[in-house]
Amino acid sequence: MTSIIKDKAIIDSPYTIQSVDDADVSVANVILPISVYVENESALTDRSDVGVWLSADDEVEQLTGKLDQLALVALDFPSFGDGRAYSNANILRRKLGYKGEVRAIGDVRRDQLEQMLRCGFDAFQLADGQDIASCVANMKTFSFNYQTSIDRPEPLFRSR
Amino acid sequence: MVDERVEQYRDQTQRFLSGDLPAEEFQHLRLRNGLYIQRLAPMLRVNVPYGMLSSKQLRKLAHVARYFDKGYGHFTTRQNMQYNWPKLEEVPDILAELASVEMHAIQSSGNCIRNTTSDQYAGVAVDEIEDSRAYAELIRQWSTFHPEFNWLPRKFKIAVTGSREDRAAVQVHDIGVRLVEKDGKVGLQILAGGGLGRTPVLGSVIKEYLEKEHMLTYIEAILRVYNRYGRRDNKYKARIKILVRAMTAEVFAEKVEQEWLSIKDGPGTLTEAEIARAKSFFTRPAYKALPEESEELTAALKANLAFNAWMTRNVKSHQETGYAIVNLALKETGVAPGDVTDEQMDVIADLADTYSFGELRVTHEQNVTLADVEQANLFGLWEKLCEHGLASPNLGLLTDIICCPGGDYCSLANAKSLPVADAIQRKFDDLDYLHDLGDLDVNISGCMNACGHHHVGNIGILGVDKKGQEFYQVSIGGSASATSSLAKILGPSFAQAEIPEVVGKLVDVYVNNRVEEERFIDTYNRIGIAPFKSSVYAEKA
Repeated sequence: MTSIIKDKAIIDSPYTIQSVDDADVSVANVILPISVYVENESALTDRSDVGVWLSADDEVEQLTGKLDQLALVALDFPSFGDGRAYSNANILRRKLGYKGEVRAIGDVRRDQLEQMLRCGFDAFQLADGQDIASCVANMKTFSFNYQTSIDRPEPLFRSR
Repeated sequence: MVDERVEQYRDQTQRFLSGDLPAEEFQHLRLRNGLYIQRLAPMLRVNVPYGMLSSKQLRKLAHVARYFDKGYGHFTTRQNMQYNWPKLEEVPDILAELASVEMHAIQSSGNCIRNTTSDQYAGVAVDEIEDSRAYAELIRQWSTFHPEFNWLPRKFKIAVTGSREDRAAVQVHDIGVRLVEKDGKVGLQILAGGGLGRTPVLGSVIKEYLEKEHMLTYIEAILRVYNRYGRRDNKYKARIKILVRAMTAEVFAEKVEQEWLSIKDGPGTLTEAEIARAKSFFTRPAYKALPEESEELTAALKANLAFNAWMTRNVKSHQETGYAIVNLALKETGVAPGDVTDEQMDVIADLADTYSFGELRVTHEQNVTLADVEQANLFGLWEKLCEHGLASPNLGLLTDIICCPGGDYCSLANAKSLPVADAIQRKFDDLDYLHDLGDLDVNISGCMNACGHHHVGNIGILGVDKKGQEFYQVSIGGSASATSSLAKILGPSFAQAEIPEVVGKLVDVYVNNRVEEERFIDTYNRIGIAPFKSSVYAEKA
């Protein structure tokens, strides 16, 4: 079990993340690299305990048509300064219409969580060394925002 | 919101100082509040959105300079204010002071969307199609804490212009927005992929005409394409200009178009009410009905040659009859270009109150503009400016040098830039000669990052490092006007002491070859680089 933040609360997640090299599709409650999932797709469609993760290089559009079968989608932050996964989450939610769990994995830190929430992430597996209690207590700094976002599609000016 | 940001940053600073926040992470967080760690001290960059300041805000900047710095600040080429000597632990207090007059340093550095800049003559320029400030403000609000675009491959700068003459340098910005007229309607033309730095490029038009309501969704589409596909493996190849060039402007425009179609007409589409609301922040001041010609002015111009010279260079025509635009050149020889003392700031604030509806503007040439001065008051204003060393009649002349802080302050710099500017100003100390030379931009950067915009100077000077020694590469023929061009490198670089002499030779070539009313740049465009080259390198060969 891994402690994660989901819907702004600390929960235990049964899922384990596998890398491309040591992927074992027979394990229960598993988050597979997208490439491994695609290779084994026909054998996995009946299962409900399989999620996928995408690196920042992976095109999120390749999930089109697969989302109904997935337990969750995880998007990787290779470092906190690499912001591609914010756009990937936006596309996953808005263009692909995904309603399930979108989990931030990799270099996920306290000061980024509010931005991630606004881009459509609802679950956070924190980087090593992050204090999960202070993270969950400090997810919101700003009382309003100007622009459209996944969590609040209407920009401020439409509610004035 | 700004107050909330101050508290957030205070907390981050405390966590850093107590060891809870690693230095490498705090670095990125503090950058997004405009704080760099420099050679001698931290440097704090404070935003001046589209260059507009009230006298109250300027007094606050003076206060900060006085109590938290060494009594002066520096206006930058992106219309911002920099402090070179703040203390790290006092920065949250400085930010709180600034917040009390609705100022901040949010996103003034770091790989995010920076302060949106505009034309310093917006709303008063005679060649204006429409006031650009409302659009700059809409972009500023949209980009503030944008959750998706706070961790871009590299910094991102947007400029807006509403005039035919481009005073906002939109062609050398990551995104340039031009207000244009088509079939009697005003819309937007969008450029992308311009930039200075190591690889200077002029932006390409990627959308010929866009209706105003689509401005933010279209910009969002550009940012999303850039955020996903911009290079992150090499910071020198991470700006959008490299992506646009690698994809070609056509393919990039196509990608943006596709992305845009997925959000076009969505909730981010601007409403008429919102555009009107943004415009309401920039209403015209209560102008008086004034005569076309001021007798006081005509008399003063006849009586005083120095005033006359200042009028010719520093004062521009205004949209409103009987008013004028006044430029205060912060380029007194002996003072670093763009530097302004706390006392001068207070004086300028007072003058703005007395003469210009309590408002002033910072220009990307690092000067200050009083935009709404009655012509009859020009002489009185000039006399006061003279008292305070603010009446240099050198706007646009050779000594009105654009210059970054350089190796004296900046840890990125290869070489010093301020002493070079000073040496040039000292060599050209004859005002009549300067006026005879006319428009001539000298731009100096201490390194490839090109904060001094050397690529678009008629004469551009770049500090380079050669085996630990400071040298200077000279280029000519750049221009930051509506027909922007990038300067060409003259040849091998020079030692610092040689630079005034080199500039002197370049000027001589111009003087010997010019015809009629040609400006330096016109002569260069006509005769090419060769005569300049051979004159400068003649003795060396």
